[in-house]
Amino acid sequence: MRLDGKAEGLRQSMSWLHTWTGILLGGLLYVIFFTGTLSYFQDEISLWMKPELHASVPPATTELSAQAAMASMARIAPDASTWTLTLPTERRTTVGASWRPPGQENAGRAGLKRAELDAVTGEQITPRETRGGGFLYRFHFELHSMPRAVARWIVGIATMFMFVAIISGVITHKKIFADFFTFRPRKGQRSWLDAHNASAVLALPFHIVITFSGLLLFMATLMPWAIESAYQGDRQAYNAERRGGGAQAEQRAPRGPRGGRDGASAQPADLAAAIGPMLAQTRQEWPGRSVGTITVNRPGKPNATVELREHGSESMISRGASKRLRFDAASGKLLDSPPARQPSTASAIFNVMVVAHLGDFAGPAVRWLLFLSGVMGTAMVGTGMVLWVVKRLPERRKLGHTPWGHHLVEKTNIAVIAGLALATAGYFWSNRLLPFDMAGRTGWEINAFFIVWLASLLHAIVRPARAAWIEQCIAASLLFALLPLLNPLTGGHGLYTSLQAGQSSIAAFDLAMLALAAIFAAIPFHMLRKQRRAAAATAPAAPLAPASTSVTP
Amino acid sequence: MHLTPSRKSPAPPLQAGLARYRWTIALRSIAAIGGGYVLAAASADWLGRLLPVLGMSRLEAVATATMLAFIVHACAAIWAFAVASTRRATLGIVLPAAVLAAGAWAAGGAA
Repeated sequence: MRLDGKAEGLRQSMSWLHTWTGILLGGLLYVIFFTGTLSYFQDEISLWMKPELHASVPPATTELSAQAAMASMARIAPDASTWTLTLPTERRTTVGASWRPPGQENAGRAGLKRAELDAVTGEQITPRETRGGGFLYRFHFELHSMPRAVARWIVGIATMFMFVAIISGVITHKKIFADFFTFRPRKGQRSWLDAHNASAVLALPFHIVITFSGLLLFMATLMPWAIESAYQGDRQAYNAERRGGGAQAEQRAPRGPRGGRDGASAQPADLAAAIGPMLAQTRQEWPGRSVGTITVNRPGKPNATVELREHGSESMISRGASKRLRFDAASGKLLDSPPARQPSTASAIFNVMVVAHLGDFAGPAVRWLLFLSGVMGTAMVGTGMVLWVVKRLPERRKLGHTPWGHHLVEKTNIAVIAGLALATAGYFWSNRLLPFDMAGRTGWEINAFFIVWLASLLHAIVRPARAAWIEQCIAASLLFALLPLLNPLTGGHGLYTSLQAGQSSIAAFDLAMLALAAIFAAIPFHMLRKQRRAAAATAPAAPLAPASTSVTP
Repeated sequence: MHLTPSRKSPAPPLQAGLARYRWTIALRSIAAIGGGYVLAAASADWLGRLLPVLGMSRLEAVATATMLAFIVHACAAIWAFAVASTRRATLGIVLPAAVLAAGAWAAGGAA
């Protein structure tokens, strides 16, 4: 797209398209990438933000946790119609319990009660009220304080721009793999371009999958037309088929064991005693797999059934179709279990994309890989935004003033990149500093997030760009670095305790905060070193004004 | 590829060039965003109708059609800015989108 209307090559027009799709929605995309990347550790964040749960240390075998939880549930909710227990894993320290009190059979999710149980004693633990990692996760695709559908459209449009920016970016680069091995540090604009290219190319498959699957996750909002035409507008039929029709119907109306069961076995089953052998049998049926959740139907009745569901799913292709085994609680006998589904090609591609986006299947190694790819994506968007400004510095110098568009992007960059980090740190700090039983605690944690973000924006507006970058990055770095200290001081398991107790998910949060602190310390470190070098180089000659007004890190 | 007009040519033709440039961008953006979406939506609708007829299960048809629709939109958007002639870029998307959408609308009414 040239002003003089002359013809240009594909690479030139794609470069134009890449720049403008990128910069138009760059800030929003950065926010989506940043919060989405953190959401790979949503459970870890939630756990850290509920330090009351740190004291629960899972025992060596899940049998002990399951037995204690069953005994405890018999006291807490003896007359519930169902219990669902989520067993401790490397990502959760407690047993998560939810149950449906009598009379709430048709109340859906709202009719469920929840509690956290100690993994050893089964005692109920009351954690502080917080949205935890769920807030960042929801923010990633539903933003905040706006109708869900509107937010999904905004995020969806940004995702489409991202998809176009990725494809046009690939076309723009004639030497895409050579670029990957090219990094020319301390060369101003070149270094920013190299960093942008390297972060883009290094995780290119991830960027493509994550963007495309982001669109697929929103398909019911953004692109429902195939559902409409193939199912004649019957969305319920579509959803039922996607969740695997038959299995769903059976789950909704669980059949009890047939045949009269009277006499001696008319007593409620002793679930705490029965669960051990069931877990043992499950281990034989699924070698190498573990049980994630236990659902008990009619726990207080003689015809209770127990369903054990696999933790995660063996393959990414069968999304959500984890294996299940159903037992009769009284006799411990295996009942007929719902069969697992086998999807075909298009659904398989669809499922792999979506599951990779959600990270549902991922063990620790894959989760870290996804997280690092997310960091790459965040860096790609961030460096792209900064590059736009750096590239226009000569133009600005030539003009002798800064066009308002440049000002806008420059200030937005600071408030988005440094500001979002500050806001996130502020969210974590408020979680530990607000009083435990404060009214509206959850809301105030979120308020803290936005107040800090707003403060960052105002600071970016009033301060010169360079100073604002340095000051905000140092502040963010300090706030992140001190969180691992704040953790044990405010009731959590600090690094020393968590590592000794083998609570790797708590330790991972503290370590990730130290890593974030290092990243945000590196930016002002480089900016100040560059300034010092520039000062040394120009010291003998007359001091050059433009060098000191250089605006970017 | 710097687009700020003041750098290119400060001469009088600039105004005409700038207006023309803005029109070009506006037309192509509309073709890419609006036209591209209609084209994608109409192809999703058509595939969702046709694939089950060709023997694919409805669930598979939806997955295939929706994934292709997003790719169609992205390709249309790129094409809108890659083609040299603005008229060709605009008409090349708007015409097939209109035909497909009209057909889908008629088929939907008949069904």
